[in-house]
Amino acid sequence: MAEEKAEGGLVFHPLDQFIVKPLFGDGPVAWYTPTNVTLWMGIALLAIIAVFVLGSRGRAIIPTRLQSIGELIYGFIYKMVEDVTGKDGVKYFPYIMTLFLFILFANYLALIPMSYSPTSMIAVTAVLGFGVFICVTILGFVKNGASFLSLFWMSDAPLILRPIIAIIEVISYFVRPVSHSIRLAGNIMAGHAVLKVFAGFAALTLVSPVAIFGIVAIYGLEVLVAGIQAYVFTILTCVYLKDALHPHH
Amino acid sequence: MATETTEAAVGACVDAGGSALGMPQLCADWMPNQIFWLVITLIAIYFVMSRIALPRIGAVLAERSGTITNDIAAAEELKTKAAEAEAAYDKALLDARAEANKIVAEAKAEIQAELDVELQKADAEIAAKTAESEAAIAEIRDSAKQNVVAVAKDTAKELVAAMGGSADAKTITAAVNARMKG
Amino acid sequence: MEGELAHIGAGLAAIGSGAAAIGVGTVAGNYLAGALRNPSAAAGQTATLFIGLAFAEALGIFAFLVSLLLMFAV
Repeated sequence: MAEEKAEGGLVFHPLDQFIVKPLFGDGPVAWYTPTNVTLWMGIALLAIIAVFVLGSRGRAIIPTRLQSIGELIYGFIYKMVEDVTGKDGVKYFPYIMTLFLFILFANYLALIPMSYSPTSMIAVTAVLGFGVFICVTILGFVKNGASFLSLFWMSDAPLILRPIIAIIEVISYFVRPVSHSIRLAGNIMAGHAVLKVFAGFAALTLVSPVAIFGIVAIYGLEVLVAGIQAYVFTILTCVYLKDALHPHH
Repeated sequence: MATETTEAAVGACVDAGGSALGMPQLCADWMPNQIFWLVITLIAIYFVMSRIALPRIGAVLAERSGTITNDIAAAEELKTKAAEAEAAYDKALLDARAEANKIVAEAKAEIQAELDVELQKADAEIAAKTAESEAAIAEIRDSAKQNVVAVAKDTAKELVAAMGGSADAKTITAAVNARMKG
Repeated sequence: MEGELAHIGAGLAAIGSGAAAIGVGTVAGNYLAGALRNPSAAAGQTATLFIGLAFAEALGIFAFLVSLLLMFAV
């Protein structure tokens, strides 16, 4: 957002697009207030239901287009879970599918102009990332007991190095949820902010063709990033899940 | 955004102009709201997925792979049947050919037999004819011989008579017969 | 004065994005080199490729985040 202010300078507000606003009225945002976050999460939910419930309504042996989209995503994630975590990870497939679909649909819906991107909010991705972290850690201890700690104890490293490696492993283990969530939020936020900055330059007549071309290019990149970040978030979840199920290297 | 109300009541993270103060991502006032709605959305998606969508799609995929397996099995069966039918056809063809060969051989043998019979008959006829002819020839020869004898007798008698002798028939016949034998 | 210093710091932090770009390029380039040597093994390693890309990119995103924080939150 850029406005030619009275002083004549360009003023960028690339982060204004992330402001949370109540849908009805202008009151303060309480935890239960329906906001634009609610609206776009709801739209994502409806889109998911449209593709996966309405699309597969026919249960057709020869799928319709919508049903084959759903089947492709199903097969893709199912294969990923099976390949990365092994056979015993398949029972967590609905959980991973939920994460993937929410991120994918939120990312893509956020690319609609004037929309809102819930996945760019660190609070949202932190809930996703720490949710995965907490679930996986609890699961690891429930499944393996104390031997889950052998994840940090590299038994094939030289004995003298093992404590140091263990410290590094523990630190990297606890950094996981942070990087996991910041990566998603940062990517989406960065893309949208850059789009806004280019849009701000488009207000200058001299550079507006370049700026508009830049918007198109960055938009294309963002389409790519939206899919890749959903994929990366999901596959990292699978990797962490595999660590919890099979902590022995 | 630009159209945002100028009222300051919106919150501590938005200035009077409606622009964000600092990063909206870090505004603590808004976080509970996002987290609350996120959790609601995730639970909704999870229930829709695990109760309705995923079992349904899994069933459809399983059914499809089952159908494909069945179809492949059916195709395999049909293929076997086709191979069997081909084998039967080949066998029938071979039988028919053997039959035909047999019929040809039989016909040939029959014809040969008939031919043999005819040939024999013809041979017999020819032999009969030959015998007949030989008999006729012998008869003709005999009669010719007799004629020769008679002529010889007559000639001899005449010759004897011409020479002034006389000879009885008995002597002349004996003489002629002796000459004929010689 | 402090705000100006923060802006300078933001610009310096943005260098980290370039460093992350080098990392991403290294990962992708090495993947491509390996994939061209042994194309049959390439398909099985795409997941590893994306994980590597994600780790390399995350650090660039951290730099970007630091720069954003300096610009807007300090």
